[in-house]
Amino acid sequence: MKLNDTQKKNLLEPLFNNNPVFVQILGICSALAVTTSLRSAVTMALAVTFVTAFSNVGVSLIRKAIPGSIRMIVEMVIIATLVILVDQLIKAFSYDLSKQLSVYVGLIITNCIVMGRAEAFAIKNGPCESLMDGIGNGLGYGLVLIVVAFFRELFGFGKIFGFVVFKTVQNGGWYVPNGLMVTAPAAFFLIGGIIWILKTYNKKLQDAE
Amino acid sequence: MKNESITKTFAVATALCVVCAIIVSLSDVMLKETQLRNKALDKQVNILSAAGLVEPGAKVSAEEAASLFANAETVVVDLTTGDVVDLDPAIVESDKTNLLELAEEDDVAGIKTINKYAVVYVFKDEQGAIKTVVLPIVGQGLWSTLHGFLALNGDLKTVAHIVFYDHGETPGLGGEISNPVWTKNWEGKTAVDESGNPVIHVVKGSAENAEDPANAVDGISGATLTGKGVTNTVTFWLDYKGYRPFLSRLRNGEPLASTSSETSPADANEN
Repeated sequence: MKLNDTQKKNLLEPLFNNNPVFVQILGICSALAVTTSLRSAVTMALAVTFVTAFSNVGVSLIRKAIPGSIRMIVEMVIIATLVILVDQLIKAFSYDLSKQLSVYVGLIITNCIVMGRAEAFAIKNGPCESLMDGIGNGLGYGLVLIVVAFFRELFGFGKIFGFVVFKTVQNGGWYVPNGLMVTAPAAFFLIGGIIWILKTYNKKLQDAE
Repeated sequence: MKNESITKTFAVATALCVVCAIIVSLSDVMLKETQLRNKALDKQVNILSAAGLVEPGAKVSAEEAASLFANAETVVVDLTTGDVVDLDPAIVESDKTNLLELAEEDDVAGIKTINKYAVVYVFKDEQGAIKTVVLPIVGQGLWSTLHGFLALNGDLKTVAHIVFYDHGETPGLGGEISNPVWTKNWEGKTAVDESGNPVIHVVKGSAENAEDPANAVDGISGATLTGKGVTNTVTFWLDYKGYRPFLSRLRNGEPLASTSSETSPADANEN
């Protein structure tokens, strides 16, 4: 499939210039919860990408038939269906991860990015554009999760993807893990720090004075 | 038909609900078996690692787990009497009608109710002597309920191993209770004294500095309260409300066979 320029733009814009977490400041709550390890962050990223992409397609396909009065409920039902599907699949094929992610997979339903894209984009655009927009936003969110999880897992547990990088004191090594990194506030600081850095270097992102 | 008409609204809502309901039910029906298998395997692996038969965290296939489980006897114990009863373990575990309320002074582990029956796993060696007894335990930690298995050696006094497979303690602090490096501290410690009183406990700091090093387990730094929860949990389950009646029967050399089957012929004679 060859992407035309608009589709490419829909796919790539949300990764950096219009990232849902950094720029639109959406989906922060789950970014705090699932970023203690890279494996769960990657799974969560894929799950959200899948849900955003296909809920966008679903909403877009029936956008002309949706009565305005129940618009948001219709979007919600589509999203919820996809999330349940993802949850069931993870439970069946990756049981360890489903224990780690526990309720957070179900909570994708409440992730503002998914609903936000359905409302802001899919309801007005065709299925192909919406698919690209969904994948782009899902990956944009995933990118943040992975960056945050990289730092939290490395400094909180001395590991990357479960492989020991710094041997911790608990396991007879030398590294004293950073207790802050394993708790939720660390994700706040990291996300805040990244937003700060990005806004300093990317003048476009700065609020108009 | 206009999009905003009531008929259209109902039609769209109904159609969407039917389609979504079909997708959700299909996924549930088709994946249920795999999910239940995963859950059962996960539990078996936890029991096996408590019994010291598999390395904690190791990948174990369903076949390996089943073959290791072949040496295990699954018995249902009436906690109030310590009798082995002839009930189906699967039914006992999900049955909510056998719950007993705990009086506040008895509720050391902070769990409020316990099931009258517990399912324990007895692993035997080739001679048929008890090698390890794996006891499910549950209790209140600092933030969450701790679920685990305590395994006692064949002497029924010393700890073979302990695992916590489900808890919500702070990762890196209280969460270290599921770290195999910490649970190794339990191995060989004396859980109960000569008369059967639970004596094992998690101390603050190193067990070597405790008054009774044989009964003390190293504390986790930064997780004193979780350690307390673990001590309470283990104490509760080793005492009268927990497995103490059952364990003292085993120590007296009573066989594992269910007592209800022994009494049933007598009942038949009376009739």
